[in-house]
Amino acid sequence: MLKLTWEEKLERAKKALEKIPAYGPDVDLDRFLLDQAEEEEGSLSLETLPEKTKKRALHAGIITSEKGRSGTFFQKDTRVLCARPRQEGIEIMSTTAALKKYEWLKDLVWSAVDPGADKYTAVTALHRTHGYFIRTLPGIKTIYPVQACLYISRKNLVQRVHNIIIAEPGSELHIITGCTTEDELTAAMHIGISEFFVKEGAKITFTMVHSWGKEVHVRPRTGVIVEKGGVFINNYICLREVQSLQMYPTVYLAGENSRASLNSIIYGRGNSRFDVGGKAILKADGARAEIISRVISDDSSEIIARGNLTAEVDNVKGHLECKGLMLSSTSRTLAIPELDAKAANVELSHEAAVGKIAEEQILYLMSRGLTEEQATSLLVRGFLNLKIEGLPEELEKETQKLMELEYETGL
Amino acid sequence: MGSLLEIKNLTVEVEGKKILKNINLTVSDKEVVCLFGPNGAGKSTLLYTLIGYPGYKIVEGEILFKGSVINDMPVNERVKLGLGIAFQHPPKLIGVKLKDLLDLIAKNPDSNELKDLAKRLKMTEFLRRDVNFGFSGGEMKRAEILQMAALKPDLLLLDEPDSGVDVENVELLGKEINSLLKDRSGLIITHIGYILNFIRADRAVVLYNGQIACQGDPFKILKDIKDKGYKACLECVKC
Repeated sequence: MLKLTWEEKLERAKKALEKIPAYGPDVDLDRFLLDQAEEEEGSLSLETLPEKTKKRALHAGIITSEKGRSGTFFQKDTRVLCARPRQEGIEIMSTTAALKKYEWLKDLVWSAVDPGADKYTAVTALHRTHGYFIRTLPGIKTIYPVQACLYISRKNLVQRVHNIIIAEPGSELHIITGCTTEDELTAAMHIGISEFFVKEGAKITFTMVHSWGKEVHVRPRTGVIVEKGGVFINNYICLREVQSLQMYPTVYLAGENSRASLNSIIYGRGNSRFDVGGKAILKADGARAEIISRVISDDSSEIIARGNLTAEVDNVKGHLECKGLMLSSTSRTLAIPELDAKAANVELSHEAAVGKIAEEQILYLMSRGLTEEQATSLLVRGFLNLKIEGLPEELEKETQKLMELEYETGL
Repeated sequence: MGSLLEIKNLTVEVEGKKILKNINLTVSDKEVVCLFGPNGAGKSTLLYTLIGYPGYKIVEGEILFKGSVINDMPVNERVKLGLGIAFQHPPKLIGVKLKDLLDLIAKNPDSNELKDLAKRLKMTEFLRRDVNFGFSGGEMKRAEILQMAALKPDLLLLDEPDSGVDVENVELLGKEINSLLKDRSGLIITHIGYILNFIRADRAVVLYNGQIACQGDPFKILKDIKDKGYKACLECVKC
């Protein structure tokens, strides 16, 4: 949680342009295209997108008819194709447009994520290619989720988006966001800075589906500030191959009785390299956090699953859970749970288990007539079927369906 | 009645130890046989061997089901052939809903038959839950019977369907098992025999120390066991 002037933020970024982050394989940005953001913003109907694009977007949870959505943001490469709310009290625009519209936003951006964290934050701070700004006004509750898609079609592009999500006091905002590439073989890089501000008594649920390809490097950088009585629920799903993906979203539970829940479901296939985790810093009385991950390591993939709960004050509670399933002997899962207590009256716990599917369960299903492959597949789906508390029922059902679709296609 | 299951001179080892010794047993078409015996006699071993679980090594003898030797047949193929088993301690399947499993294995997934049975077994709300997760002993047994009703096997192997079930529910479960067995064969392990008040049982077999010690009328044998203990069965076979 940084308080810097706009100039200081840019200065910090400049100094970090060569800074290699501690986690994840280093990506040489010079190999990629740093195309400029295109100024023009469209109001395209998603229905007019090419069939191929529509199909890929569907996998990332984007409904092109916009039915059952409170609004849409769609960015292709460095251009915003559309940004429009469908409900009163919700603002959806590009971050570029929002920074022009609201002077106060300059103070808010880069306060939840440090622009000088590493070369990826730095390059985005200095050469941003849009990203979305989504805000619910005080007391407004979204009936349906807002959908946002960050789409890459240009080969070798580094997409550098900065997303700002604000739920003003007493509001409720559900977002489903998908990131994908035009082609499963497109080589590209995606850097996504996301800053969330959950104001007093507000709630944000953020369901993110990543559907990349095996030539894509992904570096999300996420910071979340939750104020008094606020709730933040994050669901992350990635069941497709990716070249490398490293992220470590950090939630600051700054207000009394604030709550956060970070859930991730990852299926490592091919040579995918994942270094993923979540951190919650419990900074106020009554704060609660839970970080849950389900990871499956298959083929020659590697998954590092981190988790950190830091309790800075008394009367806070946190739980960390990581379950890993090993489906191949050439893959690797490394679970690194950390509990960091800096006060006496805290309750922090963690639970981690990594192993193969229990033979007893496979045999049981075979005794119901299923083949070994069918039994394994059913158990793997079951393992991925993480019950997410706090999602609206429709969105939960949709998330499950989306997971099925991604699971099937990824096979 | 032709014989559906024929076990010939069967000797089975578990972890190098002989558990079943020279078992000869047939179950005829539409016949229901009870399997009695003290703890450790080898009753469950016999059922696991019949369904084909690994770790139950047939060192001698043959199992014939519908005339085919199934000694080396994988579990799922035995089930396709018409065997079905309800376990005493089934595992929990996290993330797999009971309804989804039933739909997957049901012979007639579209009929209301299972829905109605679930209602009669007071299992409707469990259909939406993960298989056996947070189920009581009795609820697990009822879920097993639901799965058997979905599979419709020709020979039902029931491993203590009444253990851990309260008196009221034994009757409920017993009656449903009985109607399931109406046109089928069964091999049922039971300790207390109370469930036999509700299930048609044609014959009983007593296993003692890995061998068949006695065969005959289920109620008569049960009464003898209650009166004189299992040892009496040994004497019985001698006489």
